[in-house]
Amino acid sequence: MIDLSSSESLVSDDIDLSKTVGEIYADDAKMSMRNVNVFYDEKQAIDNVSLDLARNQVTALIGPSGCGKSTFLRCLNRMNDTIPICRVEGDLRLEDEDIYAKKLDPVLLRARVGMVFQKPNPFPKSIYDNVAYGPKIHGLATNKAELDEIVVSSLQRAGLFNEVKDRLDAPGTGLSGGQQQRLCIARTIAVSPEVILMDEPASALDPIATAVIEELIDELREKYTIAIVTHSMQQAARVSQTTAYFHMGKLVEMGKTEQIFTNPVHELTENYITGRFG
Amino acid sequence: MTDKNPADSNLAEQLSTTEKVALSLRKRHRKEKRFQWAGLMAVGLGFLLVVILISDIVLKARPAFHQHWVKLEVEFRQDWLGVTSSDLAELKKANYRSVLRRSLYGMFPDVKGRRDKRSLFKMISTNAEFTIKQYLLDTPTKLGKTAEVWVRFDDDIDSYLKDDYTPGEAGPRVSKQQAQWLQQFLNKEIVDKRWNSEFFTSGDSREPELAGVRGALTGTLLTMLVTLLLSFPLGVAAAIYLEEFAPKNRWTDIIEVNINNLAAVPSIIFGLLGLAVIINIFGLPRSAPLVGGIVLTLMTLPTIIIASRASIKAVPPSIREAALGLGASKMQTAFGHVLPMAMPGILTGTIIGMAQALGETAPLLMIGMVAFIVDVPAGVTDAATVLPVQIYLWADSPERAFLAKTSAAILVLLSFLLIMNSVAAILRKKFEKN
Ligand SMILES: Nc1ncnc2c1ncn2[C@@H]1O[C@H](COP(=O)(O)OP(=O)(O)O)[C@@H](O)[C@H]1O
Ligand SMILES: [Mg+2]
Repeated sequence: MIDLSSSESLVSDDIDLSKTVGEIYADDAKMSMRNVNVFYDEKQAIDNVSLDLARNQVTALIGPSGCGKSTFLRCLNRMNDTIPICRVEGDLRLEDEDIYAKKLDPVLLRARVGMVFQKPNPFPKSIYDNVAYGPKIHGLATNKAELDEIVVSSLQRAGLFNEVKDRLDAPGTGLSGGQQQRLCIARTIAVSPEVILMDEPASALDPIATAVIEELIDELREKYTIAIVTHSMQQAARVSQTTAYFHMGKLVEMGKTEQIFTNPVHELTENYITGRFG
Repeated sequence: MTDKNPADSNLAEQLSTTEKVALSLRKRHRKEKRFQWAGLMAVGLGFLLVVILISDIVLKARPAFHQHWVKLEVEFRQDWLGVTSSDLAELKKANYRSVLRRSLYGMFPDVKGRRDKRSLFKMISTNAEFTIKQYLLDTPTKLGKTAEVWVRFDDDIDSYLKDDYTPGEAGPRVSKQQAQWLQQFLNKEIVDKRWNSEFFTSGDSREPELAGVRGALTGTLLTMLVTLLLSFPLGVAAAIYLEEFAPKNRWTDIIEVNINNLAAVPSIIFGLLGLAVIINIFGLPRSAPLVGGIVLTLMTLPTIIIASRASIKAVPPSIREAALGLGASKMQTAFGHVLPMAMPGILTGTIIGMAQALGETAPLLMIGMVAFIVDVPAGVTDAATVLPVQIYLWADSPERAFLAKTSAAILVLLSFLLIMNSVAAILRKKFEKN
């Protein structure tokens, strides 16, 4: 728990947190957020954050725990709507469309901006039904053959098909942790979203399963725009093209991943990636 | 324990950590053993009490499932019957009482005085008249002839045969004379102990040998059906609304407190409410399963709502996030994912509420379901009674045979409960599987 009102000893008084350093704009932005503030009741969790998600790229959101990465990510598909005390301000756009506009239906938005969560959360249904659920409720398939096709191709793209092809009727909850997370990714892909948000998708997995997921993320980039929250800097370095460093609700620095990890500009970023705190 | 003397603590200082742990471990194991024993004893005692209770009821109920019959030689004489032809309409109105009487006296020609005759006639169930009537209506060719017809004994004779039979000796409510006549019946081998299927097929009666549990059972079934059909959807819908949709504010807090209070209201109050509102204001019929069901719904609803809410709360939020994250609407999430996962708990709550309702008498007395009703109810608006009320009524009757009927009705009630629970358990298993 970090209380934003109390002073944080690691931040020396002369460090400027008021402005983000580095490049927050993308040439070809899929989503752009400007001056985003998020409050839980009175408590501000995100403080005036602006950034772009570049099309067909992986943007990593890193920072110490409690700095607001998840909160920010959940703004992008309005998952925060489900928390009654959460209030979001600012201008958030998906392809120039205001995603917090009154007339926009969050259900539709979530079909376009999918999400993969920290803990694998397959439905207690069969593997097939897990993947078929999204297409079914959105009416993406007109018949069983089309649905089968979507399920199979989604599982293939999530790199899971070969492991489960002869037990599609088995419950999704019976898979290993890594397989479950790939099932969740397949389930998300099945709805054909444009953007995929991932909140520490590999934090509950062993190193081998993590490597498989990371490889998968790199492949998915071709078709989707991806934002991934991670607490592992190595992971951010491996999978992302752009990295954004959050600190106590503020976006401190953003830029090309290579540059952030080799040559950070901001003192806080440097402290974090060199492991001085986190 | 008593390890606090100085020698012990000196010793303790010299021991290594492993040895200390081993020492404490022994103590912990002992504690665990003791607890296990206590638990086992508690379970065993509970089980024993249940076994004693059930076997006592079964033993007491056994006589109710059999009934003694006697074979009479009935002379269907036209002059006794008071008919002139075998016309069905005429046969229906004929005097079977007289036929029965005279046939019986014919079997005991040496019984003379009026009092003796009456005493003899009282050995036969009052229902025997209808038995021979039915016999003649079924086989009208017997008119003017003698036929052998099986009829029931009176409940006093029946009880005597079951419990206190000593050849030729008087019993409670059976005179020595009657016992001797009975002995003659027995000697002629025209007495038969039969399975009393009427107990399950007929309604209540003032005559114990005729009283059955069917009316109360049907009344219970109808009442429970109304209760279930009202309280389950209402309760589940209320729970889903409160948990998944309602904003958390002062109003929902007030509602929550009130639901909890409602669960603690004595059931008779609901009966008063039913009488005052449902019967007097809305004008629904008295003694009807419909009204009983509505009253019991009021009682069951809080239980179902509280259990359902707890069960819905226990569904991991990650499932909701998964569904919402895929673009499912709130409604689809609630009914497609949360509800099925909460179903086992909801069913448990429902069955607890229904079991309470099943055994409830007080509120039903208020709405008139305590009346003496002979007919088996055909619908939810017919006058009816329910099993617990029937048990109460029979337990309150002076006739000895009703004692067994009471226990038998308790058995029927327990079986009903058992079936209800089993159905819920099967459904629960089904929901837990996926
Ligand atoms: N549902 C919530 N209600 C209240 N405060 C919350 C809630 N979720 C997160 N917060 C607060 O918002 C801040 C940011 O949290 P979060 O976005 O989860 O951080 P991160 O993902 O970077 O670890 C934290 O101080 C946390 O306590
Ligand atoms: Mg987080």
